[in-house]
Amino acid sequence: MNDATVVGTPLVAAPERTQARTINKAQWIMGALLVLALLLAPFVLSDFRLSLLARFLCYAILALGLDLIWGYTGILSLGHGVYFGLGAYCMAMHLKLEATKGQMPDFMAWSGVDKMPWFWQPFRFAWFAIPAAIIVPTVLAAILGYCTFRSRIKGVFFSILSQALSIVVVTLFVGQQGYTGGTNGMTNYKTLFGYDLNSISTQHFFYWFTALALVGVYLLSRWLVAGRLGKILIAIRDGENRVRYTGYDPVMYKVFIYALSASLAGLAGILFVLQVGLITPTEMDIVHSIKMVLWVALGGRATLTGAVLGAVLVNAAENALSENYPAIWSFLMGGLFLVSVLFLPQGLMGWFNTLPATIRAKRAKKSEPRGWTSHASRNPGSQHDAAAARDTTDAAENPVY
Amino acid sequence: MNSDAFISNLFNSLSLGSILLLIALGLAITFGLMRVINMAHGEFIMAGAYVAYVTQNLFHRLPAQFFGWFLIVALPCAFLVTAVMGWLLEMTVIRRLYGRPLDTLLATWGVSIMLQQLARSIFGSMGVNVETPAWLDGHWQMGHLAVPYNRVFIMVVALVCLAGMYLFLYYSHTGRRIQAVMQNRDMAACLGISTRKIDALAFAVGSGLAGIAGCALTLLSSIDSNLGTKYIVDSFMVVVLGGVGRLIGTVAGAIGMGALNTGWEYETTASLGKVLTFVCVMLFLQWKPMGMFTTRTRALD
Repeated sequence: MNDATVVGTPLVAAPERTQARTINKAQWIMGALLVLALLLAPFVLSDFRLSLLARFLCYAILALGLDLIWGYTGILSLGHGVYFGLGAYCMAMHLKLEATKGQMPDFMAWSGVDKMPWFWQPFRFAWFAIPAAIIVPTVLAAILGYCTFRSRIKGVFFSILSQALSIVVVTLFVGQQGYTGGTNGMTNYKTLFGYDLNSISTQHFFYWFTALALVGVYLLSRWLVAGRLGKILIAIRDGENRVRYTGYDPVMYKVFIYALSASLAGLAGILFVLQVGLITPTEMDIVHSIKMVLWVALGGRATLTGAVLGAVLVNAAENALSENYPAIWSFLMGGLFLVSVLFLPQGLMGWFNTLPATIRAKRAKKSEPRGWTSHASRNPGSQHDAAAARDTTDAAENPVY
Repeated sequence: MNSDAFISNLFNSLSLGSILLLIALGLAITFGLMRVINMAHGEFIMAGAYVAYVTQNLFHRLPAQFFGWFLIVALPCAFLVTAVMGWLLEMTVIRRLYGRPLDTLLATWGVSIMLQQLARSIFGSMGVNVETPAWLDGHWQMGHLAVPYNRVFIMVVALVCLAGMYLFLYYSHTGRRIQAVMQNRDMAACLGISTRKIDALAFAVGSGLAGIAGCALTLLSSIDSNLGTKYIVDSFMVVVLGGVGRLIGTVAGAIGMGALNTGWEYETTASLGKVLTFVCVMLFLQWKPMGMFTTRTRALD
């Protein structure tokens, strides 16, 4: 540990045990209770609150994807809104066509398009549109990821390029008003498979579907990061060249996880559009994309629970504050970025997980007799407790990087 | 493209290039040399623009014959104000985050959100205008090409800043120390250079340049709190395209982006032109991932 810190590469030997196999009973019960609470929410919350919660859960799915690439693999994407938006737009195109019974949507006529463009045609069919909503972001991410990771563009350079991606796509969507609806985006959907989208029962169904999708994605992510793949991803994050010299090809792993993350964003986009009933280019722009990173940062990067928690909490706070006190929310959001980076680099979950160790360290300090002490106890918490704290985190091998 | 269109495109490329250069010069120091991603750079540009606005309002109280000078006064004021802002940011936030570039990015983004809101709280969310001084109003007629004075003024400011930066970085005592620290921090420290002071100073100079850029931008558009966000990604792309670490790279990147953007906009539409410009940059980075001009190093990471 010490050696690794000195060289500046915080590569910590991964403990033999993996987290998935050592979930203790308490965690199981907590998890089960949370899932139960999520599933029972429609009977407790008002329709308005339920729709809000549903939206947050969509964001939580996206946050999980973002956590996989940023928290575990160290790829900071600041353009993830694009993949979310692409998924949402694919779904929206189908809903729009179902609402117009396959005729040309109204906004096209307004912008002087006289014939429905060819790439709109297949979106008449749900069996095409729904898979497309996941495949389009995945393929785009795979291509972009392959190009950038192959030329070993990484770190902040990748982040800047991903921002450029966001600008490009938003500019394109706003500019090509006749094909995309421009800044107004797409709204006014009626049905999916003939079911009324605005009825309470359909909305409840979508809510349950979203909640189950979130649980599924969570379990999938957990399974991924607990296994061999997860170890390699973390190794790439902490020392990509070492991984390369060990004989692995980091490019393929990075492309895979980046594409997977984009597909999760696409899935979140589908569910978002079905429940919110509106998609605009603002959902894809830089501001929104970087906000997604805040969810993960505040919840706790490299902890899956943290990503979900962060997405729900930050959005709940934003929802509560931004309408009535937009100025306060802006300051608060800026402050959250600063706090989460400067004081809570492991996020809320990291802080929460190290809490027992910190308390133990403090107690040990108190109970110690004053005066002459050994070297180790003069620096309480510096070595052993820090290590102990690290062991208890969700991803045990997870230093501040 | 006939010769008239060619000349006008050439001028527009140079004009846009000079604007990008002016904005990216500060980044060439903070990002190129120091490797700090300062997302609040755009807000420093905005701050510089508001300094020009405030200076203009103050000059309105003076006798009318002095009014034309406000822009000349505003330029150094903007430099000072944003340099102090940059210095404060370095001392409070960035200093704690060296070696964690992605975290720096997020923290400075937080600062940028707060600065934007601060600007909205002080100046209102409506855009404000800075009058163009009388001596910059008008244009030269060269054949079919009209060359507006204000564009030329921006080019001149960009060139002066570039020359100043060049002399400062490569010939002044302090500039050489900055280079020494950025190239080999430990060795520089061993030779008695206070690396902390140099960090703060370099960051302040880089931020100050953003202020000058903001001042110059007031000639082109009205100012609102989003002024910085319009330019920030473009200017980062300029530095990435040019290659980090060398001033010549930033110049080449700015001219390159300017030419690409103008050319594509002429051939297609404004929005499509921007898209194609970014696509070209992406393709170029496939060929040369480190940008046009690189500092050769044998270091792996």
